[in-house]
Amino acid sequence: MLAMLQARQLACLRGERRLFRQLDLTVHMGELWRIVGANGMGKTSLLRQLCGLRHLDAGDLFWQGQALAHERDAFHAGLLYLGHAPALNELLSPLENLHFACRAAGDEVSRSACEAALARMGLSRPMHLPCKLLSQGQRRRVGLARLLLASGRPLWVLDEPFTALDAAAVADLAALLDAHCGAGGAVIFTSHQDVIFQTSLKLLNVEDFAS
Amino acid sequence: MKSFFAVLHRDLLLAWRSRADLLIALAFFVIVASLFPFGVGAEPNQLRAIGPGVVWVAALLASLLALPRMFSQDHDSGVLEQLLLSPEPAVLWVAAKIAAHWLATGLPLVLISPLLGLMYGLDGASLAVLAASLALGTPILSLVGAIGAALTLGLRGAGSLLALLVLPLFVPVLVFGAGAVDAASAGMGVSAQFSLLGAGVLGAVALVPWACVAALRLACE
Amino acid sequence: MNIFRYSSPQTFYPLAGRMAPWFGVAAALCALAGLYLAFFAAPTDAVQGEVYRIIFIHVPAAWMSMFIYVVMAFWSAIGLGLGTRLSFYMTQALAPTGALFCFIALWTGALWGRPTWGAYWVWDARLTSQLLLQFLYFGFIGLTRSIEDPRRADRAGAIIALVGVVNVPIIYFSVKWWNTLHQGASVSMTKAPSMATTMLLGMLILAFAAWFYSLAVTLSRVRSIILERERHTDWAQSEIAEKGAAL
Repeated sequence: MLAMLQARQLACLRGERRLFRQLDLTVHMGELWRIVGANGMGKTSLLRQLCGLRHLDAGDLFWQGQALAHERDAFHAGLLYLGHAPALNELLSPLENLHFACRAAGDEVSRSACEAALARMGLSRPMHLPCKLLSQGQRRRVGLARLLLASGRPLWVLDEPFTALDAAAVADLAALLDAHCGAGGAVIFTSHQDVIFQTSLKLLNVEDFAS
Repeated sequence: MKSFFAVLHRDLLLAWRSRADLLIALAFFVIVASLFPFGVGAEPNQLRAIGPGVVWVAALLASLLALPRMFSQDHDSGVLEQLLLSPEPAVLWVAAKIAAHWLATGLPLVLISPLLGLMYGLDGASLAVLAASLALGTPILSLVGAIGAALTLGLRGAGSLLALLVLPLFVPVLVFGAGAVDAASAGMGVSAQFSLLGAGVLGAVALVPWACVAALRLACE
Repeated sequence: MNIFRYSSPQTFYPLAGRMAPWFGVAAALCALAGLYLAFFAAPTDAVQGEVYRIIFIHVPAAWMSMFIYVVMAFWSAIGLGLGTRLSFYMTQALAPTGALFCFIALWTGALWGRPTWGAYWVWDARLTSQLLLQFLYFGFIGLTRSIEDPRRADRAGAIIALVGVVNVPIIYFSVKWWNTLHQGASVSMTKAPSMATTMLLGMLILAFAAWFYSLAVTLSRVRSIILERERHTDWAQSEIAEKGAAL
């Protein structure tokens, strides 16, 4: 089976310090990967390298078997990355933020689809308020609403998606990730808390590759 | 082009929502320009002679003041990362951000400049040339300044570093812009200056977005 | 022999160490010969008297300051294009020397201006462009020093150096334009005295001195930068240990 995303012999330096090296990771469709490791050991750096946001200090990335350097646009069209910050502007409403995020990413998503996604995330009421009035958990959910509109993107890379969510929202999100993997997608995520999934979870500990 | 219009629309909307900040920048422009007579005296002929230069320098400083806003909010909130992950060409949305920034901060300077020119006793033709030279010159300031803003994104002392980086690059714009108004006041033609400014705009539009994208990628690593 | 062998910091480090002293000696010899010609052999100028001798320092320094900026842009382009770390180190090693020559050119320009034009500073096209070039150097140094991540510092510096080098001719042209419109500078510095052969020779030899000095200083500076930036590698560690033992 062709790997969706493959990383070979990755290395990452932060300033003088080498976070990890000779890291190999192969992600197939339907797989759910959790990246673990202590704080500051390079989990976020690894995710950013996998997305092409951070340069590789060594190693290569392949998307559907092709070197990523030549396939960048196709790769980005198939990728959804949600970083630590929820990428919201304080002066825009959740609806405006979400609609903009989709359009800027090149997705043709209607306003009503955005409204429906936010409603499913339990944000019907504050949908038109400026984001500066929202709580931390609500902001996270605005960011996560993009997942509902990203079924066309097979690879999801999520940095701490469960932070600041209540128990019910955690379960909902876990179900969403399960459904994505079930439909042939793949998810790579980091998390500080243990979450129960239907899909069998694959683990990668960045500390195993620390030098 | 989807990302171009998405970014343009959003940034203009944001500019409108934070219009109080834009008015402050505009007030800064007016205040700087009206300080000079207190320093050099109110002799009308002298004021008429220095007027174009003063208004232009004030416009330069006002655009400089507005530059750090161009990318910093989006950098802090993670929006810039998302834009860099868009499959659409990055130069498009960078161009949109610069265009929106100019419409929000540069265009108001152009519109209010004839008023300042009046305070310095410039005649009608010179006022028109002043506004026209600013209309051609301030886009260059936004474009070239965008590179500086991207390079200094997230640094300590970014503001003063930005000034050091971009002000020397603004000198040609100042020379041709203020020079055009001087020439008009002296009854000479201004086509040479306007052609040079126009060439500057075209050159900057062609080159700046690429450099800016490279600088933004660095800043987001 | 493969010249790309020396694009690796590890192989360039000892080579730079061997070359730097020779360039230093060449610089000292040229400086001695050039200064002798400039201050003793060259005749006194009929119009300007002894003061004109400042141009022996001023002109080579001004040439060098512009040339070094172009070389910096060259290494920046190579670095961004090929991703060679050494190119970025070279750019950063060159900048202080360029800024120094720029400063010397400005300072000697002012000293020459006082007796010649009657003022330390005249808004002459050349001097003004030189001042702006000085700001470009300060901007480059300020930017690379204030970015903590070395990779970003390298590349951001390279971008601003390239932006600068595109703008230098535009700035020079605009300043010249502005200058001719507003005032004609009374005496231009380079065409001031008609050049006697000894004078021309002195100036050329001093230009070589500046050239060799820049090479020597840049090479020894790039060695320090290499050691600092590569200090996590084994060879740099052992080099540093050796240096420490020698002290």
